[in-house]
Amino acid sequence: MMKRSNAPIFWALFGAGGMLSALTGPALVFITGLAVPLGLMFAPEMMSYERTLGFAQHIAGKFFILAVIVLYLWHAAHRIYKSLHDVGIHPSPASRMACYGTAMAGSLLAVYGVLAVGF
Amino acid sequence: MSDMQHDARRPYVRPMTGWWRKNPYFVCYMLREGTALVVAAYAMVLLTGLLCLATSEAAFNGWLAVLRHPFSIALHLLALAAMVYHTWSWFDIMPKTMPPVYAGGKRVPRHVITRAGIVTAIVVTLLILLLTWSLT
Repeated sequence: MMKRSNAPIFWALFGAGGMLSALTGPALVFITGLAVPLGLMFAPEMMSYERTLGFAQHIAGKFFILAVIVLYLWHAAHRIYKSLHDVGIHPSPASRMACYGTAMAGSLLAVYGVLAVGF
Repeated sequence: MSDMQHDARRPYVRPMTGWWRKNPYFVCYMLREGTALVVAAYAMVLLTGLLCLATSEAAFNGWLAVLRHPFSIALHLLALAAMVYHTWSWFDIMPKTMPPVYAGGKRVPRHVITRAGIVTAIVVTLLILLLTWSLT
């Protein structure tokens, strides 16, 4: 019997994360990184501790935060792993571990985070 | 490398350095793949914020203060440019990366798929901005 490849899992995560970041990335970077810190368009209190905590304690907020962090990370990890080849770092267990390992560690921390903020 | 070129046991290997800079098509390719670094970095910024939020109010306010630093603003401007390029390039290559789509027995043309994707991205961006606005 042929051993099943695990490649489709990584490609699916790459695709899902790529689509999510293509649709939400520009808006999120603009809001969290520019608009709120600079006080453009939105009041700075919008991302205050209380409001952000409330968002993260809501079940829908938890899923949104988790989806963004986890899928962005796996999309990036897979793309970087494949592209290292183009700069002369050929696929190896070490480069695989560096890319997917970082994504896995980040995902676990994100799961811990959305649980630790409470309900 | 040059002194190894004539060694019989270490045959000449064409160097890879800078191969992509010789052709604009490959420059675009490397830029497109390079957006992954920005996507990863931004996910890490958000993850840091989440962990600060889970730690304490002081930690979270510290994270907010870092975001207000001019250096962070400059990096986020670059990140925004990279994200927009990621969005554009993602839908630009989608006709090649997705299975063929047929409508009325004919293959849907490339530009229709790309445009549909970009329009969706614009709609989602406006929705996020409106939703965030309604929260303030």
